Amino acid sequence: MNDKTEIRQVTVISGKGGTGKTSLISSLAFLLQGYTILADADVDAADLYLIFPPEKSEETEYYGTKKAVIDFDKCTKCMKCYESCRYGAIDQEINIEIVRCEGCGLCKHVCPVDAITMVERVSGNYFVSDTRIGRMVHAKLVPGEESSGLLVAEVRKKALEVAKEDNKSLVLIDGSPGIGCPVISSLSGSHMAIVVCEPTVSGKHDLERVLELLKQFNIPGFIVVNKSDINMDITNEIEEKFGKEFPIIAKIPHNHIFTQAMIEKKTVVEIDSKDKSVTDIQEMIENIAKLILEKLKIIHKNSF
Amino acid sequence: MISIAVVSGKGGTGKTTLATSLFLSLENAQLIDADVDEPNCSLFLDIKTEYVKDAQVPIPVIDSTKCILCGECVKNCEYNALANLPNQILVFDRICHGCGVCSVVCPTEAITEKNRSLGKIFSGTNEKRRFDYGELIVGEELSTPIISTLKEQIDEEKDYVIFDSPPGSACPMVEAVIDVDYVIVVAEPTPFGLSDMKVVVETLYQLNKKFGVIINKKGIGNEELENYCREKGIPILLRIPFDLKIAKSYSVGNNLLKTFPEWKGKFQKIIKEITEEVKNE
Repeated sequence: MNDKTEIRQVTVISGKGGTGKTSLISSLAFLLQGYTILADADVDAADLYLIFPPEKSEETEYYGTKKAVIDFDKCTKCMKCYESCRYGAIDQEINIEIVRCEGCGLCKHVCPVDAITMVERVSGNYFVSDTRIGRMVHAKLVPGEESSGLLVAEVRKKALEVAKEDNKSLVLIDGSPGIGCPVISSLSGSHMAIVVCEPTVSGKHDLERVLELLKQFNIPGFIVVNKSDINMDITNEIEEKFGKEFPIIAKIPHNHIFTQAMIEKKTVVEIDSKDKSVTDIQEMIENIAKLILEKLKIIHKNSF
Repeated sequence: MISIAVVSGKGGTGKTTLATSLFLSLENAQLIDADVDEPNCSLFLDIKTEYVKDAQVPIPVIDSTKCILCGECVKNCEYNALANLPNQILVFDRICHGCGVCSVVCPTEAITEKNRSLGKIFSGTNEKRRFDYGELIVGEELSTPIISTLKEQIDEEKDYVIFDSPPGSACPMVEAVIDVDYVIVVAEPTPFGLSDMKVVVETLYQLNKKFGVIINKKGIGNEELENYCREKGIPILLRIPFDLKIAKSYSVGNNLLKTFPEWKGKFQKIIKEITEEVKNE
């Protein structure tokens, strides 16, 4: 694929959870529905299905890490597996504690009587669903499972395929909180990141770490300060400290509209309101959508 | 000693606020901040901490004079952390889980291990309160080994150990809660809050844990979360109303108990109830 046809990917992340990441990305996906496929990569707290209920889904089983299974007819209780396992997943009775098993297979290799097999297990499912804004790729991790990062990679791969089929030029990715494996998996190869933060001491601390991650991956980042009026001093500090390298593209005041929209199963931009505090927020989100198109040089077909 | 983990499916529901408040309501207690991606408890506490040690995983070192490039290590690595090049075996440090399979399958004993740091552990005390936290190095992927290392810091002398768990319900959260006596789920009464809480509840059922729910920011959403708890027979331990005053005070790093000292009694009551339930086992 050459540069002209390359599908652009934008990841929305937050470092700290609960800053409004999903509310923002759902609004952006609604506004940009002519251009984009939506990918919910927050696989252990996937919520976009609530705003865009799947009308029809195509489901694929996802096999993540394998799990050890003991054949007790062969097992001589020599304890080699118990002594070797680095995750404490095998007890003295040679029972496998499934949630602790990382599927590495060390036990199988050290077993002198071939009593252990590594069995593939469904670790989650991913879905391509028809929604009111077009197709969406989302997933469900089996609770407590390993390898959420790998499932995120599957979701992204599928979203790129779907974007190509549907002739879309953009994939919007909802990332998970934190900075570890699923976040890195949702970021790698993205063309742009939007970081949603809040002006609190913890919000600022988490923002700093997530921006550091963007620097390492060389991904251009843009900051949205949500609930900006909770603490204007910290909002200003964030702007001063990070704004040069990571432009602040919106400061959105705290507003009940975010929760109200969620309850109505709508995006914030779909709420019909004459209240200026609401229409101001809607305009800010529209400007973010425009900025994405501009920065990624996607031709703007029509107005929102 | 009774151990309690504070969890939440959705981020930003008040997990850190609750964990620090419970901790400060107790006399002889330890708080362990296991949200190692974004550890925040220290911002709300008055406890000076010092560096204790690195959290490490063992990764393979290949002795090229012994390696015959047979590719057994590459073939058997479940995490694709090794690759077979024409003249060497490549190790992808950041992907390596440190399981040790490669050294076991190597026929020429060409593989030894060295420790690689993924994060740092810090600890501090203030009178009878002890606080420990772990911090993932930015750019590293594996949070779980840091949480396991952090658990080595548990102080058995304390009456209570409180864990602030990572959000979500994947492996880091499981590592934080798997050995505790009781789990407190903090949830906000919104559609996202309920959806994420359901996943956590499923995980806790699977882990066979005793748990109860604290509803935070009561009043911002709807009644569905309460209805769900009632249907499932999940105890609601406490309801904390939404109050901009709390949000503003939190924003500058004030602990909830500083703004609302009257809540201390309520937290102590919850702890008492949990203690009775755990001891009645």
